[in-house]
Amino acid sequence: MWADIVGGALAASGTALIGIAGLGLLRLPDTYNRINAVTKAATLGVVGVLLGVMIIEPNGTAVGLLTPAIILQLLTTPFGSYAVGRAAHRSSSPLAPITHHDELHRPVPAYRPALRYDRRGPTTATRRNASARSDLGPPERAG
Amino acid sequence: MSWIDALIIVLGAVMAVAVGRVVTGPANADRVVALDLGFVVFIAATALLSLRLDVVAVDILVLAATLLGFLTTIAVSHLLERRPR
Repeated sequence: MWADIVGGALAASGTALIGIAGLGLLRLPDTYNRINAVTKAATLGVVGVLLGVMIIEPNGTAVGLLTPAIILQLLTTPFGSYAVGRAAHRSSSPLAPITHHDELHRPVPAYRPALRYDRRGPTTATRRNASARSDLGPPERAG
Repeated sequence: MSWIDALIIVLGAVMAVAVGRVVTGPANADRVVALDLGFVVFIAATALLSLRLDVVAVDILVLAATLLGFLTTIAVSHLLERRPR
């Protein structure tokens, strides 16, 4: 009885959070705002539902399967949302008009290597940087 | 009709919203975000379904969908990053 009430409240609140996230996905003006809404649902909503199910029926199997699911969900959702946000900005997803400022405004190429070596050795810019940074150690050999 | 059915119906509505955003997302990143929410809804609905059907073995789908959702999000976002090159 007690477990039913507490678990049911947890599951209902988690489902309500997921419903709010669906409303945000439908109504928010921007990709980044939608990422915000979905991440809230993916952490707290799913954890609430899984905890509620685990409290209502505390089997060994259910606890053993749902506890790693909760831990994995809490650990992996920030990484996934970070990757989606970075990919959205790099694929030039449009910002909402009400955005005040964009910290990542300077367009950065996706996989630009930091130093370029050719067959003869470092280029002049690299050599200048290496001489300017001589306190950090010898520059790498060209190779 | 118990309260679990009502929660599953709410989750079905959210899944409809996510599928609609996948179909008509303005940018491709919106489709990735909607896919993420679709996995979230699937995880929650599967957990509630195990409670509704009283079959504990359905919970293994929750664990599998957690891992699969994370890997899918990472893979599709990397695809999205490399796309304009």
